[in-house]
Amino acid sequence: MNEFDAAFVLRWLTIAAAAVEREADRLTELDSAIGDADHGANMKRGFAAVTDALEKEPPTTPGAVLAAAGRKLISTVGGASGPLYGTLLRRTGKSLGEAPSVTRQELAVALTAGVAAVAQLGGAQVGDKTMLDALVPATEGLGESFAAARDAAERGALATVPLQARKGRASYLGERSIGHQDPGATSSALLIAALAEAAAE
Amino acid sequence: MNAQVGIVLVSHSAEVAGAVAALAQGLAGGGATAPIAPAGGRPDGGLGTSSELIVGAAHEVDRGAGVALLVDLGSAVLTVKALLAEEDELPEGARLVDAPFVEGAVAALVTASAGGDLDAVVAAASEAYTYRKE
Repeated sequence: MNEFDAAFVLRWLTIAAAAVEREADRLTELDSAIGDADHGANMKRGFAAVTDALEKEPPTTPGAVLAAAGRKLISTVGGASGPLYGTLLRRTGKSLGEAPSVTRQELAVALTAGVAAVAQLGGAQVGDKTMLDALVPATEGLGESFAAARDAAERGALATVPLQARKGRASYLGERSIGHQDPGATSSALLIAALAEAAAE
Repeated sequence: MNAQVGIVLVSHSAEVAGAVAALAQGLAGGGATAPIAPAGGRPDGGLGTSSELIVGAAHEVDRGAGVALLVDLGSAVLTVKALLAEEDELPEGARLVDAPFVEGAVAALVTASAGGDLDAVVAAASEAYTYRKE
């Protein structure tokens, strides 16, 4: 498959919602170590609302699907991951424009713009122990293949374990944040793994 | 008199947002003040930030002279920033104010009630950072 249409993006987000639902307890467990123990529940609520809204009114282009999903996340998650993931999807969608289908390369370029918007919103960079530690390598991997993006995101999430958090609630813990995998980077890796799974189908 | 600037207080907690709004109204002279609305917690009553409550409160206090949004922590800041980036959710002239939550709310409401424009309200709220306590 070389062209990715609205149905592909819908499949991606459906797989992502299922993964978030399946892994919600693990995300919350990671967040209870260095955050406020609501990441799993927040993400589950947000992605369930996304798939519900998209099923009722499925947009017809990849960009429109992502933009609609992003808006829904901002309005339903309730924690910082709402505006962050919402901005990621919405800006990625806007970058894709109104094309009825896109290539993997075009998706990689758009996702890079989405990740840059997340970095700007949160004021974080790679190494701060945030979702960017998974997303930035994932966008680089996506230029090569979906599988490379998935592996890079997974490696990036694992690489947050020895880092000290410099953003969000976890940053208040200082050195005590070291030794725990970042929940945001973990959910980002789930999102990218869902993308690879959707592409493999 | 020109329309007054509206003020929205965004907190993770409905109680905090509501109490700070009441405190600001009490300290702003007791009588009629500029429009102010709390947007605290999630719609289901839990702790967190709700873009629906924020957007609703902003439209409620909008009189056409701009809306100043004061926020407490983390996701409140990020949600308002993300809403402003959307461009079509908040009323025209809505602005995130970088100010301490309680002190900024009082300064903003006093200034708005006195007829100050959005720039004056934002400046008064931000200046609350310069008041040291020791």
